[in-house]
Amino acid sequence: MSNNFAIKTIDLTKKFGNFTACDNLTFEVHKGEIFGFLGANGAGKTTAMKMLSGLLSPTSGTAKIADYDIYKESEKIKKNIGYMSQKFSLYDDLTIQENINFFAGIYGLSNKLIKEKSEVVINELDLKKQQNKLVGSLPLGWKQKLAFSIAIFHNPAIVFLDEPTGGVDPVTRRQFWDLIYQSAERGLTVFLTTHYMDESEYCNRIAIMANGKLAAIGTPKELKESNSSSSMNDVFIQIARGKNYV
Amino acid sequence: MRQILLIIIKEFKQIFRNRILLPLIFMMPIIQLLILANAATFEIKKIKLAIIDNDKSHISKNFAYKLQSGDYFKIIDYPNSIKDAEKLLETNSIDLYIYIPNNFERNLAKEHTEKIGVVVNAIDGSKAGVSFNYLLNNIASYQSELTKTFGNKINLQIAQSPKIISNDYYFWYNLNQDYKIYVVPGLLVLLITIVGIFLTAINIVREKEIGTIEQINVTPIKKIEFIIGKLLPFWLIGMFELIFGMIVARIVYHIPVLGNPLLIIGFASIYLTLVLGIGLLISTASQNQQQAVFISWFFMLIFVLLSGLFTPIENMPPLVQNITLFNPLKYFIEVIRLVMLKGSTFSDIKLQFFMTTLYSLVINSIAILVYRKSS
Amino acid sequence: MFNGFLGFFKKEFIQIFRDKKSLLILLGIPTIQILLFGFAITNEIRDVRIAILDYSKDNTTKEIISKIVSTNYFKLYKMLRNEKDIERAFQTGEIKEAIVFSQNFGQNLEKFGKANVQFINDGTDPNTATTIIGYTNSIIGQYQNEITRTRQIPLIITPEVKMRYNPELKGVFLSVPGLISIILMLISAMMTSISITKEKESGSMEVLLVSPIKPAVVIIAKVIPYAIISVTIATIVLTLGRFVFEVPIKGNLILLFAEITVYVIMSLSLGILISTVAKTQQVALFISLIGLMMPTVLLSGFIFPIENMPIWLQPFTYLIPARWFIVIIKNIMLKGSDFSTILNETLVLFLMILVTISISIKKYKIRL
Repeated sequence: MSNNFAIKTIDLTKKFGNFTACDNLTFEVHKGEIFGFLGANGAGKTTAMKMLSGLLSPTSGTAKIADYDIYKESEKIKKNIGYMSQKFSLYDDLTIQENINFFAGIYGLSNKLIKEKSEVVINELDLKKQQNKLVGSLPLGWKQKLAFSIAIFHNPAIVFLDEPTGGVDPVTRRQFWDLIYQSAERGLTVFLTTHYMDESEYCNRIAIMANGKLAAIGTPKELKESNSSSSMNDVFIQIARGKNYV
Repeated sequence: MRQILLIIIKEFKQIFRNRILLPLIFMMPIIQLLILANAATFEIKKIKLAIIDNDKSHISKNFAYKLQSGDYFKIIDYPNSIKDAEKLLETNSIDLYIYIPNNFERNLAKEHTEKIGVVVNAIDGSKAGVSFNYLLNNIASYQSELTKTFGNKINLQIAQSPKIISNDYYFWYNLNQDYKIYVVPGLLVLLITIVGIFLTAINIVREKEIGTIEQINVTPIKKIEFIIGKLLPFWLIGMFELIFGMIVARIVYHIPVLGNPLLIIGFASIYLTLVLGIGLLISTASQNQQQAVFISWFFMLIFVLLSGLFTPIENMPPLVQNITLFNPLKYFIEVIRLVMLKGSTFSDIKLQFFMTTLYSLVINSIAILVYRKSS
Repeated sequence: MFNGFLGFFKKEFIQIFRDKKSLLILLGIPTIQILLFGFAITNEIRDVRIAILDYSKDNTTKEIISKIVSTNYFKLYKMLRNEKDIERAFQTGEIKEAIVFSQNFGQNLEKFGKANVQFINDGTDPNTATTIIGYTNSIIGQYQNEITRTRQIPLIITPEVKMRYNPELKGVFLSVPGLISIILMLISAMMTSISITKEKESGSMEVLLVSPIKPAVVIIAKVIPYAIISVTIATIVLTLGRFVFEVPIKGNLILLFAEITVYVIMSLSLGILISTVAKTQQVALFISLIGLMMPTVLLSGFIFPIENMPIWLQPFTYLIPARWFIVIIKNIMLKGSDFSTILNETLVLFLMILVTISISIKKYKIRL
C-alpha cells in the first residue's frame, strides 16, 4: 500500500512506570514535508522522536514510518531513516573522512559511492581543508552541519533531527536551515524538534506538545489564525500555558 | 561482515589515537611482570629475631650462633629485659624474641630439660606459623647436636639401636623453590583478565555516555555485528598481551614452558571470549563509566581472591570451594600452571576446557540477549 | 560563600545517593571482601590430596599410611603402581604430594634400624610444598618415636610460645587494616578523580568555575561526600571485623578515626592531583588503577611482606601512603599503641598531603 504519508501514527503511547511521556499521539507527516515538533522541555518531544526512530519501543498504539510498521519492520525502517541527536554524536577522535566512511559503511554503501559522495558533501560544507582533521577540533556549528550531512548521507526517506540547532550561533543556524531546505527539495522528509519559536515558522507544518499530549497541529499560519496571535511565540505560550493550568 | 570490519577498524583507530590508553595497554604487561612478580612473594627468610640471654653461658651463646647461621633468622638485638624486647616487637623492629632463663645451662645438665620462652608477632598469622616452625626445626636439630657434644660431657646414656626412618624430599617442577615460577603464570592470567573486563566494560559505556551509541542504534547494523566488532579488537589485544607476557616471562624469569604453548594460546582464545562477555554484561548493566568501573572492580576482586592465585583453593572451606567453580580465573590459572610448569597435555585439562567453553557460551548468550538496541 | 558551598555540597550528595546501584556496590564491596577474607582465605593446610607408591606393602608401611590418612591434613587420592604414575598424577593436577616407600621397607627398619621414604612434592607452590613436607615429616617422626619406645632424647629444650597480638593466627587480623587502606584509596582517590574529570568532560566544571564560588570551594564540596562515604565504609569493615571475626580494637578509638581521617585526606588530595592531570574519565581511571590501586595492593605490605621484596624494590614502598597507614592502623588496633609509637608514620602522611596539594595547586594555576 502506497500513500502520501511518510509518517502515520495512531494512539502512539509511551509510559515510564506511572509517568506517561507520550499520550495517544495521532498525526501524519506528508512526504517531502518539513515537520516541526514543538514543546517545552519535558513535553515528550524527544520521547516521541525516539519511538519513531526505533530507539524506544512504544507502550501501545501503532505507527508506520515510510510505509513500514514500527513493530514488525523496524530493521527496514532503520535503512530508510537518518537521525541526528540532541547530543553531538559523531566520534571526536576520528577525522571527518573517517566518520563519513564509518557511518556510510554501516549503512552498506559501497566504497566507491562513499568516495564520490563524500567529495561532494565535503565541498558543499567547505570542509576540504579539514577533511583529515579530528572532528573534536571543529567548532560546534561545523560539527552540527557535518552531523546532518552524515545523517542523510545514505539517502534516507526521512530524517529525524532532535533539536539540531541547540547552542549554535544565528549565522550557522541560518546555514543549517539552508541545508534542510535543499534536502527537502530533493524529496527528503524532515522531522525535527525545536524550542526556537522563530524556527518553527520555517516548517511546513508544526505540532505542539504539552504534557505528553498533542495540543495543536497545523501550518504556522493556521495556528496563528486559530489562536488569533501574531507570532508563534504567543501561540506557544497560549497553548502550553493553557494546558498546564488544566 | 563488512560492518564488523568497519567497527574493528574504527576501534583500533580510536585506541591507537588515545595517548594515554595506548601506552597503558602496552606498559601494563611489562610493569606487572617486572614489579608484581618481584613484589608478590610469600618467601619467608631473614626473620628478625631478638634474644634475651639471661644465662650468657657457653650453650646459650652457641644456640644463638646456630640460629643466626641459617638463612632463616637474623638476630637484630640482645635486649636486657622483656620490656625492651616488647618495645622492639611493638615497633616492628623484630618478628619474634626468645627468652633464655638464667641457669639455663646448669638446669639442662641437672634436669636434662629446660624451657625457653618464645614470643611471636602474630598479626600476620601465616608468617608467624611458618616462622615458629622454622624455629622448632632449628631447636630440634640443635638438641640432637647438643646430646652428642654436651651430653657426652655430662655422661648421658643414649639408647642403643634406634630405628630411624630417613627421608628425602623433592620439589618437582620447581627445584629451587622459586616463588616467581609459581606466581608469574598466574599473573599473566590476571593481566589479560583485567585488560579484557575493564577495557570492554568502559569502552561500550563510554559510547553510551557521549551519545554515539544512539547514532549507531538507529542504523540497520545488527546487534551481533556491533558486538563482535566491538569485542574483537580487545580479544586481539588480550591475545597479544598474553603472548608478549609469555615471552617476557621466559626471557626475564626463565619460566619454563614444558607443555605445548599452543595449548595455552588455544585455551586463552576461549577464555578471552568469556572475559569479554563478562565485560559486555557489565557495560550493559551500567549507565556511566564510574559505575562500570565499580562493578568491574567488584567482580575482579572476588575472582582474584577465589582463584587460587595466591592462596590455594584446597585450603578454603567446602562451601567456598563450590563457589570457585563459577570463577573463570580459577580454570585458566590451573591450566596455565599445569601446561607451563608440568607439561600437561590436552587430555589433562579437558575438564577446564569444557567448563570454560560452556561458561563462555552461557555468558555471551545472556550478554547478547540482554543487550538492546532500543529500550 | 558558605551558602554557595552548602548548596554545592548538597548537589554532590544528591547525585551520589541517586545512583543507588553505585552506592550499593560501594557498600557491598567492603562487606563481601571482609567476609571473603575472613572465611575463605586461610593458609591452613587441610585435605591435601596425596598419592602413595608403596613398593614394600608390608605391615609397617600399612601402619604409616593409615596414620597419615587418619589426620585431617591428608586425603589419600590414589595408590600408584609405578614411578610413571607419579608424573601423570601431577600433570592432571590431582595431587600435591606423592609418598614413595622403597622395597623391603619394614624389613630394613627391623634388621638395620634404617629405612628410607621419599616425599615428592608439587614444588610449583613452594610455601605449600614446604608446609606439606613439614606435616608429613612430623607424622612419620611420631611413628618413629612410637616404635622406638626405649629410645629417649635425653636433652630437651622446650619452647613455650606466645603468639602475641593474634593468638589463633587468624589471617583476617591482617586483612582488616589492609582492606581499609585499599578501599579508602579506591573511593577517596579513584572515585573523586573520576568524578571531577567527569565534570570537566561534560563542561559543567567551566560553568562552576565562572560562578562566584571559589574553585577551591568547588573542589572541597565535591570531595567531602566521598570522605563521608569512606569513613562510613571504614566503620563497616571495623565493625564486621570486630563482631564477626573478633578482630580486636585495642587502642583509642578516637585516635584510630583521627588517623583514618588523615589517610582519607591524603587519598582525596591524590584524587584531586590526578584530576588536574587527566582530561577524560578513562584516563583518570587508568592513572588511578595503575598509579594508585596496583601499587597500594602490591607494595603496601598488605598482602606481600615488604621485607621479602628485592632490595631495589623496597625504597619504592616508601612512596605508598598505605604502607605507612597500615602500620599505624595495625599498631592502634592490634597492639593498642599510643600516639608516640606512630608519630613518624603520621608525620610522613602529613608531609605527603602537603606535597600533593602544593603540586595540585601549582598545576591548577598553570592551566588557568
